[in-house]
Amino acid sequence: MSSREEILEKIKKNKPVGAILPVIPDFPGDGEELEKIFEKSLIKNSGNLISTNSINDIHEYINKNYSPAQKICSLIKGIEGNVDIEKIADPHELKDLDLVILKGEFGVAENAAIWLSENTMGFRVLPFITQHLIMVLSKKDLVENMHLAYKKINLKNVGFGVFIAGPSKTADIEQNLVIGAHGSRSLTVFLMN
Amino acid sequence: MVSHAKNAEKFTKDLEKVDWHDATLWGARSKRDLAAKSIPEWESLRTLASQIKENVLANLDEYLLEFEKNALLNGAEVFWAKDGEEHNKIVGDLLVKHNINNLVKSKSILTEECHLNQYLEDLGYDVVDTDLGERIIQFAKQPPSHIVTPAIHVKKEEIGELFHQYIGTEKGATDPQYLTEAARGHLREKFLNAEAAITGVNFAIAENGGFVVCTNEGNADMGANLAPIQIACMGIEKLIPKAEHLGVFLRLLARSATGQSITNYTSHFFTPKKNGKLYIVMVDNGRTEQLGREDFRNSLKCIRCGACMNTCPVYRKSGGYSYGYTIPGPIGSVLAPGRDDHEYASLPFASSLCGSCTNVCPVKIDLHDQLYKWRQQIVKNGNVDQSKKWSMQMATYIFEHPKLFRFMGKTARLFMRLSPRFLIYNSLNKWGKSRELPDSPKQSFRDWYINHKIR
Ligand code: SF4
Repeated sequence: MSSREEILEKIKKNKPVGAILPVIPDFPGDGEELEKIFEKSLIKNSGNLISTNSINDIHEYINKNYSPAQKICSLIKGIEGNVDIEKIADPHELKDLDLVILKGEFGVAENAAIWLSENTMGFRVLPFITQHLIMVLSKKDLVENMHLAYKKINLKNVGFGVFIAGPSKTADIEQNLVIGAHGSRSLTVFLMN
Repeated sequence: MVSHAKNAEKFTKDLEKVDWHDATLWGARSKRDLAAKSIPEWESLRTLASQIKENVLANLDEYLLEFEKNALLNGAEVFWAKDGEEHNKIVGDLLVKHNINNLVKSKSILTEECHLNQYLEDLGYDVVDTDLGERIIQFAKQPPSHIVTPAIHVKKEEIGELFHQYIGTEKGATDPQYLTEAARGHLREKFLNAEAAITGVNFAIAENGGFVVCTNEGNADMGANLAPIQIACMGIEKLIPKAEHLGVFLRLLARSATGQSITNYTSHFFTPKKNGKLYIVMVDNGRTEQLGREDFRNSLKCIRCGACMNTCPVYRKSGGYSYGYTIPGPIGSVLAPGRDDHEYASLPFASSLCGSCTNVCPVKIDLHDQLYKWRQQIVKNGNVDQSKKWSMQMATYIFEHPKLFRFMGKTARLFMRLSPRFLIYNSLNKWGKSRELPDSPKQSFRDWYINHKIR
């Protein structure tokens, strides 16, 4: 008997009976503005929030904080980087990226998690390997909590998807919070009207 | 045979460290409380999570088959391993088949349970653990002492020393920022050179064959999303039926573990990456047996958040190593005897049965009840250690003879009041070790009751 059969056999013999799946309610909140909740959550996760009406603010922010010598890759229309993702053949070539700018598909207010799928990031490692990460999110794409988030996500035809809620961090040395463990050292979210 | 009390003695030698450990973990528990209180539906979520897992256990075979079918459709390859040995062999064979020289690994308690690192090292591989805490204990050649924060017992001075020795940081350096930065540089090289990445699995979704991995550091993603070969190792109880159930579990997991609302990275893997391969190894290793133990099967609902150890007064004061099992704390003490009730007989006794673990568990495992039930079973099977056996037999005899009980009570009260300290606080009285016994009353409860009733 193969291990597969053996395991399945044992489960059949040993499993308890019954137990139907519960229905999951949406658990709507108390009506506080989603943007406010999102901002609070993001700050707790050590991310920065910039609310804006115009894409120019993003340009300005990048010009102020990054030099042309740095490697910047943008997957957002209207924001130019100097690394063309189309010309990358192997994800290892992304190793020197300083800044990546991506569009978040939607955000979750209760924990500032922003959903990205492989379709919007080109290479799976892109938002992790970069030194810094900017995500642009539309205010209308905020949902309240994770239950609503999973109602919204379409997982069909997605090879990889990730919720990013802050920069890479660790507290493994005597519980001291250090930002920038392996992934991006910062996360800035532009929340657009 | 593991003796929790003996092992704990080693840890409690350094009282300052014990206090630090105690306070730090209590800090995590306090943060968990704040996070839980910030969600009005917290208790409903716990109930839902427990019910979902109940359903999983009742249909585990079907969910595994559904998961397998969908994972195959996604282009993954699926393996079944009945024990740790088979799991290790599957992983080792995959590495050999793909001519892997460099591999990285992110945190997986399952692979610790199977002793995968040792197996691969014996095959000649340099296994690189990439979670910072895991890298620290790997350098220190130690197992994890906590399932979420594996290096919680190591002080920064010791980490500085290890890093100096292994990755060339300055001698005497203890600044967490500096040490983390050095580890970042060291591990980036490893990520970029890795041909294979091994990860654990937090949740596997039956309806779509995908699985979710949660980290704060992003190490699982740096590994799995760069290396061409990805191997995910999971216990068979990690299944959940549908993606919508992630909503419930992800709201509970990080809040219970550290008080965060979510880990900064929550990755969902479905297909192999472009030009890559994805392997999933599903492991039994005693789980199907535990499923058959009516009193203990609930322990399979565990989502490995660590909240029960953070809150446990015994864990906080005795450290993870005192348990002598991969998973320490209350949940470890429930799981370990299921693996070997002789070897781990002392663990269910390493509890005050205060019930704090049960109160915080996000999937509502009745931990302290299970500990109590293990005690009964262990005593019945004669696996209890000699001093306990003797005192239990004495106690049974005394309780069965009321007159003798009363006489003993009187004598003991007198003895306690009149004896010099050394007679009471000596090596025969384990209770008196670092504890003060309460003042002995002049009267027994029985006498007091009779007096008051008459009045
Ligand atoms: S038993 Fe409950 S509290 Fe303990 S680690 Fe598992 S899920 Fe968390």
